[in-house]
Amino acid sequence: MGCMATAESYVLAIGTKKGLWLARSTDRKEWSLSGPHFLMSEIPSIGIDTRGDRPRIMVGVRSEHWGPTVAHSDDLGATWTEPEQGAIKFPEDTDAALERIWQIYPDSASRPGVVWAGCEPISVWKSTDGGEHFELNRGLWDHPHRSEWGAGYGGAAAHSIVVSPSGENVHIAMSTGGVYRSLDGGSSWEARNKGISAYFMPDPNPEFGQCVHKIAADAAVEGRLYAQNHHGVYRTDDNGENWVSIAEGLPADFGFVMLTHPRREGTAWVVPIKADGERIPPDGRLAVHRTDDAGGSWKRLDVGLPDHEYNAVLRDAAAVDSAEPAGVYFGTRGGSVYASADEGESFLEVASHLPDVLCVRAAVVSSVVSADISAEADVAAEVAPASAAAGLPA
Amino acid sequence: MPDITVLLPSVLQPLAGGQSYLTTPADGAVTVESLLDAVTGEYPVLARRLRDETGSLRRYVNIYVNGEEVRRLKGLDTEVAAGQEVLIIQSVAGG
Repeated sequence: MGCMATAESYVLAIGTKKGLWLARSTDRKEWSLSGPHFLMSEIPSIGIDTRGDRPRIMVGVRSEHWGPTVAHSDDLGATWTEPEQGAIKFPEDTDAALERIWQIYPDSASRPGVVWAGCEPISVWKSTDGGEHFELNRGLWDHPHRSEWGAGYGGAAAHSIVVSPSGENVHIAMSTGGVYRSLDGGSSWEARNKGISAYFMPDPNPEFGQCVHKIAADAAVEGRLYAQNHHGVYRTDDNGENWVSIAEGLPADFGFVMLTHPRREGTAWVVPIKADGERIPPDGRLAVHRTDDAGGSWKRLDVGLPDHEYNAVLRDAAAVDSAEPAGVYFGTRGGSVYASADEGESFLEVASHLPDVLCVRAAVVSSVVSADISAEADVAAEVAPASAAAGLPA
Repeated sequence: MPDITVLLPSVLQPLAGGQSYLTTPADGAVTVESLLDAVTGEYPVLARRLRDETGSLRRYVNIYVNGEEVRRLKGLDTEVAAGQEVLIIQSVAGG
């Protein structure tokens, strides 16, 4: 009998229009793909919770026929569990029904069990039991601006949630409505969009109504956030009080993605799209752009990407992992998924010809291995079909 | 007492313990709403697949009574007579 050891490996979860695929790697060079899970249901949101003694993959699942639900797996996709009464369920007095789960956001390690969700209709939810049951955030649901929030093409949803290390500052973004900030952990909310353009409205500088596509927090500077807007790329250094443009140096200021480094100050990634009316990579040449100086300058990153690509990358179809150097991942509406193990300097194709990629999340997970046979204890996760494992219809 | 039978599409049968149909006793007419309440009471996940949390029938779920889709009748208030069969079929939608 051999000795046992713990080894790190990588999991990449790919949510598409027609199901979930999971990729595993030990070196971020060779990837093995399993799936589809939840075939014929779209997976617009994924959260990988690496806190505690097991990685938990949570997915927002939505069937055109059978509606939305949240499922989770504690064995890297071998089996899935869905709470009988549903993890997210609008209270009776709201007379609302859940349409789609747009965001699943595990909170920090200092708040174990806390998971946030952003949903359509525009709402924010919080779980304290690891994502099995969520409670509606009433402060946002009852906000006086609600009747004036609009719907983007994809629906009216809260799609970004960023929680500060202290837990007191919570920023969300919605389309359309813009950025809202809470200074009391989510009890009350105020619009914070000064400097972000809403060029498509009669007043291009309203208090709210902006179409912010994605926000992300700087890893090291509290109060600094970055935003990819519906035209416009911005940074705030004062917790959202003021936003300044950091689009100079990019080939286009439109796009959906905004990623930040897991540890390093000033590093962020975007994937520019030519324009609102021409939603393709500029000149049909797909590239990621990274700043290492908080938006002062941008570096084009396209090594390993195709010469021609006319598909867009959606707001949650990109992610970073927590490794060193950080991994960068994204998928296109054409079903290609790319991974970089060197912060975007070079990419390789992990998957191709999948349905439209809606969401990508990546994490470093621990596996128990036998030194004799080098067999991962959780290898079953890579071969399980798991299409209807929790009674979720295909 | 005669039963009312609700036939499930194959894709939903795993949510009802593998059964292809569910029955409930009825000595008179009942509404589709109360029929669904009765047959899905033990199967809450199945219930959520058919209706959202407001109780509304999901858009692409069709329920047939006497060969008529209930939206063409009285919706969930449509009455089902004792002894009848009710069909649940997903609509042809998607791409």
